[in-house]
This record gives sequence, C-alpha cells and structure tokens, in this order.
Amino acid sequence: MNDIHLFSMISTGVAGLVIALGTMLPALAMGKAIAAALEALARQPEAEKTITRTLFIGLAMIESLAIYCLVVALIVLFRNPLLEYFLK
Amino acid sequence: MNNAESAADTVFQLGPLPISNTVVTTWGVILGFVVLVLLLRFSRQPSSLRNLLEAVVVAIEGAIAEVLPAASVRRVLPFVASLWLFVLVANLVGLIPELHAPTRDLSATAALAVLVFGSTHWFGIRDRGWRKHFRHYAEPSIILLPFHIISEFTRTLALAIRLFGNIMSLEMAALLVLLIAGFLVPVPLLMLHVIEAVVQAYIFGMLALIYIAGALEPAESDTSAMPEE
Repeated sequence: MNDIHLFSMISTGVAGLVIALGTMLPALAMGKAIAAALEALARQPEAEKTITRTLFIGLAMIESLAIYCLVVALIVLFRNPLLEYFLK
Repeated sequence: MNNAESAADTVFQLGPLPISNTVVTTWGVILGFVVLVLLLRFSRQPSSLRNLLEAVVVAIEGAIAEVLPAASVRRVLPFVASLWLFVLVANLVGLIPELHAPTRDLSATAALAVLVFGSTHWFGIRDRGWRKHFRHYAEPSIILLPFHIISEFTRTLALAIRLFGNIMSLEMAALLVLLIAGFLVPVPLLMLHVIEAVVQAYIFGMLALIYIAGALEPAESDTSAMPEE
C-alpha cells in the first residue's frame, strides 16, 4: 500500500466524519431552536409572524454551519489541494 | 464526475476571457426579466399577468414593511425585490434540462453577496451620513471595533457560501442518485430542490433586508426585527 492509497483512504474517512459531525451538531441546535420557537408560538400565537421570521433566519444561520462542513468534505473528496504533493 | 462539482464549464471564449455557462444563464435570466418589464411597461390595459406581478410586488412590499420603518420601504424595495426574484428564478432555472442554476457557482453567489455588502453601506450612508454610519462600528466601546469588522466580512462570506452550498449540494445529490439508481429515481429529490430553491431565495433576500435594516436606523429597525420579549 503506497502513500496515495493511504492518503485517499484517510481523506475519505475524514470526509465521512466531517459530514457525520457536521450534520449531527447543527441538527441538535436546530431542534433546540425549533422547540423554543414552538413554545413561544404556543404561548403567544399572535406573534406568529415575527417568531417565524426570526426562526427562519436562525435556522439559516445554523444550517450554514452544516453547509460549511459539506463544502469542506467535498473539497477533501474532489479537489484536495494536498493531492498535488503526491502526484508530482 | 468532474463536471458535477466544477460549475464553470466554458461555453465560448470572448477574447482572453472564458465565458462560463454561469454567465450565460445569468444574462439569460436578466434578459428574461427585462423583456417581461418592457412588455408590461408598454401594454396599457391591465392583463392577468400584470395582476399577478402586482400581487407579487405587493407581497414583497408587505414583507419589507414588517422589518423596515415605513419611510424607507420604498427606497429599499427595488433592490431587495429584484434580489428576491432573481435568486428565486436563478435557483429554479437548474430544473430545466441542459441548464445549470447560476447560483451553484460560487462566483455568482459571491457577486450577489458583494452587492449586499455594498448596499448595506450605501443605504446606511445615505440614510445617516458618513460619520454616524461609521461611528456605529465603535458603538458600545472602541474595543468592539475589530469584532464589528470581522462580522461584516464573515456574514458576507456566509451569505455567499450558504446559497452556493445549498444549491450545489442539491444538484450534486440528484446527480449522485442518478448515477446509482438511474432513470426517474431522482425526481423526488428534484421536488426537494424546488422547496429548497424557494426557501433559500427567501432566506437570502431576508438576510439582505435585515443587514440593510441594521445599517439604517438601529433604534427603530431593531425593535421591529426582533420579537418582543
């Protein structure tokens, strides 16, 4: 097993790990945010519009963390800048 | 596989400049909007299309009025409304065969995010003047100045990456399912694409709106942008 095999194996594993962690933790955060929003909505149904808007913005912010992880994983898989050292 | 994640396939060369399909589709979308506007501008009598578009504009105006003070709604409306409509159409264009959504290219979303970045300062300076606009970076105390500057850039970066990542990942997921499962199986994923395209367009425009609202009059817009306690 030469270097490039080891390298691609490790980077594939790391990409899987990145996606796993990077969706798990934002999912927890999103769950918390939605639960809090539902609670506020049940208490104050007349404030629905503001709550929904703030919830959407907050979810977008949390979701972007997961998207960062996805982008990093895709870079590691398809456009790994470190691969150049092996291909030289 | 390589074409899947590199969105910028060159269509033709314009002198030394390679013109990617992102540019072509973007200009196509813009041209479509221009034709629509000209068509409505020169038709005098009300038609059903005109009614539909007026309803859209009224809905957008209502959404902006919830965030901004009433005096500045009309000033911000053209920018935010065109951002909303453009991003929506650009996201949905990817569903047409042979076309790619321009927003799956990071350069396109980065250009939109830079526009938002510039427009927050433009509206802020026009509304409050140079001194007051830049003083709010050192507002509670001067120690917070670096954090304000960092947040200014990271939120622009996040705006670009969010839209790009969502649209690119959806197209790529559909492609991967197509590779694995074959004909007609990615259709449910494409339905998810429609929902996601609408939601991402809404979020992009809403975040731009909130950033602009933050630059306008913080005392008024902050209370309307945040839920009451």
